[in-house]
Amino acid sequence: MAVDILKEKYRGQVREVVLGATKDEGGTRSHTIKVGGEKALPFLHFEGEIPNRPVVAMEIWDMVPDEWPESLKEYFKDVYNDPGAWAKKCVDEYGADMVAVRFKSADPDLNDTSADECAATLKKVLEAVSVPLIVYGCGKAEKDNTIMGPIGEAGAGENLLLGVAEQENYKSVASAAMANKHSVIAQSPIDINIAKQLNILIAEMSTPLLDRIVIDPTIAALGYGIEYCYSIMERARFGALQGDKMLAMPMIGNICHEVWSKKEAYLPADEEPGWGDQAERSPAWEAVTAMALLQGGINLLIMRHPEAVKMVKNNIDDLMKDNSY
Amino acid sequence: MGLTGLEIFKHLPKTNCKECGFPTCLAFAMALANAKISLDACPYVSDEAKEALSSAAAPPIRLVKVGTGDKVIEMGDETEIFRHDKRFNHPTAVAIRVKDDEDVGAKVDTINNLVFERVGQQYEVEMVALVNASGDAGKFKAAAETVASKTDKNVLLMAEDTAAMEAALGVLAERKPLLYAATKDNFEKMTELAKEKGCALVVKGDNLSDAAELVDKVVALGHKELVIDTGSRETSKVLADMTQIRRQALKKVRSLGYPTIALTTEEDPREELMQAGVYMSKYTGVLVMNNDKKEHLLPLLSWRSNLFTDPQKPAQVEPGMHVIGEATETSPVYCTTNFSLTFYLVEGEVSSTRIPSYIISVDTGGLSVLTSYADNRFIAETITKALKDCDAESKVNHKKIVIPGAVAVLKGKLEEESGWEVIVGPREAAGIGKFAKTNFA
Repeated sequence: MAVDILKEKYRGQVREVVLGATKDEGGTRSHTIKVGGEKALPFLHFEGEIPNRPVVAMEIWDMVPDEWPESLKEYFKDVYNDPGAWAKKCVDEYGADMVAVRFKSADPDLNDTSADECAATLKKVLEAVSVPLIVYGCGKAEKDNTIMGPIGEAGAGENLLLGVAEQENYKSVASAAMANKHSVIAQSPIDINIAKQLNILIAEMSTPLLDRIVIDPTIAALGYGIEYCYSIMERARFGALQGDKMLAMPMIGNICHEVWSKKEAYLPADEEPGWGDQAERSPAWEAVTAMALLQGGINLLIMRHPEAVKMVKNNIDDLMKDNSY
Repeated sequence: MGLTGLEIFKHLPKTNCKECGFPTCLAFAMALANAKISLDACPYVSDEAKEALSSAAAPPIRLVKVGTGDKVIEMGDETEIFRHDKRFNHPTAVAIRVKDDEDVGAKVDTINNLVFERVGQQYEVEMVALVNASGDAGKFKAAAETVASKTDKNVLLMAEDTAAMEAALGVLAERKPLLYAATKDNFEKMTELAKEKGCALVVKGDNLSDAAELVDKVVALGHKELVIDTGSRETSKVLADMTQIRRQALKKVRSLGYPTIALTTEEDPREELMQAGVYMSKYTGVLVMNNDKKEHLLPLLSWRSNLFTDPQKPAQVEPGMHVIGEATETSPVYCTTNFSLTFYLVEGEVSSTRIPSYIISVDTGGLSVLTSYADNRFIAETITKALKDCDAESKVNHKKIVIPGAVAVLKGKLEEESGWEVIVGPREAAGIGKFAKTNFA
């Protein structure tokens, strides 16, 4: 029999969020990047428009990443003392679409870097590269609340993507975004209802921020609970297409943050001979984590290993090819 | 198109004999309506009723089997688009290509060796895809002999030349290999071979519609043990085809109600790994690839293991004592539940303290800390039992155990029950770093 192609008719679509700002828009970026906007499930071009390809950002730190495995550090050994040069290498040599700056050194248990120093580092990175930036604090909420304001000011008008707003602690990041025209990462703990609730809370602070939220539903690494995140993403995406506007934000995942603390990524082959060559295994672990989440509907991926970035970008190229019947 | 439980019930014996495993014929009928069981489970159903019911009650995607004995691979019989609705039943079978014009024995040895141990589970590649690359029936047969002698894995025989297929089947038919493929040019002879040997057969079209038409032709010849290859080879196109087949089959479009097979095309092993991952994620029953690198198959098979878990059952880690770093007899001992997400969080935080430690995961049936506390599975008695089961006393020279802050209330009872000193840890895993620094650094 001849097959009649089935196309789902959706009422909704994913919101489109613009990241970065050019000179005309009050920033200094050479271009902006759009994420989201799709009217179909991941890469099903045959049933709806998918206007923007998923974006790969590479993560840099404001300090030497001692805890990264040697095989990964090798790629950045000439630049990781200099966040500007590091960012530039990610963009120019490794093809990062965006750069995610993590102010790791602000951690009170590490260097306890001051807000002013963080702001100065951000300025250096803004000068070094022209792509839109993502900004993360050190991960300790108390300290991050004190640095996000000054960082937001230092990047005023650049439409940075600021992380992370959480249900218990969203005001400082959301305020920093409101005050200086940035976007916000809203992070919820693998829970679709909290994801919605947090978006509502942020919208109560500022309605225009609704179009500048990117959801981080919290991801896990391959082999460590990724299936929960995969299903949460699929549900959120399907919900958005069915018209749930409070779930319709694009989604981001900090892939590298999860992957690189896992044995499969860092253990040398002589400790686990059955797992094969580590130089090849570790980027593969990061890339396959990204691959799975792309199938779940992720829009923005933060990664570390240059070879994994290459694998994922090639995969996205293949998946963005039209498959209309 | 499917019948309701009541419609099915009319055709059943109504004796409530229970031999089907259900308490009543009506309950059995309801299960049939939901495609949860096959009509064969009823020993007394009449032939007329069978005739009337079989087409309507058949699962939307046919269950197809390859192999024999305990090596049987089942594929098809899926009922969902999304894994969060209900478990995907049959993990994708992975087949690695072996060409009959290369060193078949060496390659098969490599495939035999693709077995991985990870988180207490064993993953392996389950099929050898023997390709008639030489175009020569004699070579194909000789290669089949090598495969037969070297491995007990299942076999996918890939030859469109029916003479070559017949020759290889002369060696391997007993194994019930999957045959690839019936095409518009060879389908009559290929179907005859598959029927005669009782083997499942891949039907390969030039596109989705074409494949569906060819399925109808093969079914008309009397063979229903089929697997579909739409012939598409571009990653994005295969994704679309796989999605169409799954959706249409679930709407009971019979020509597409079969499991699927996807063949990778990328030559670079890394690119091929990503392509394979896409096909595995989106519905392929059999995945045929070249890549036999351990460092690539480990992540791919790990993804398979994750994707095909039951979303309604919490994922669990093995209960017992887990060693973090080079732990010694003075290292701290933490305890938590065996719900995988809880455990991995705690494990991550403990390992980033850089203080070698032990974590005892208590068997709570995969429930989280507070839930299992409420359910009496994470209490003084069960933690004490876990300490005994892993013989913790012989591993460390102290008797101090850290419990999650959320169940601080357990302290007194647990000390009494176990004789260990209980240290109340932080409420959230995120606090472990600071806690360890204060207590153990």
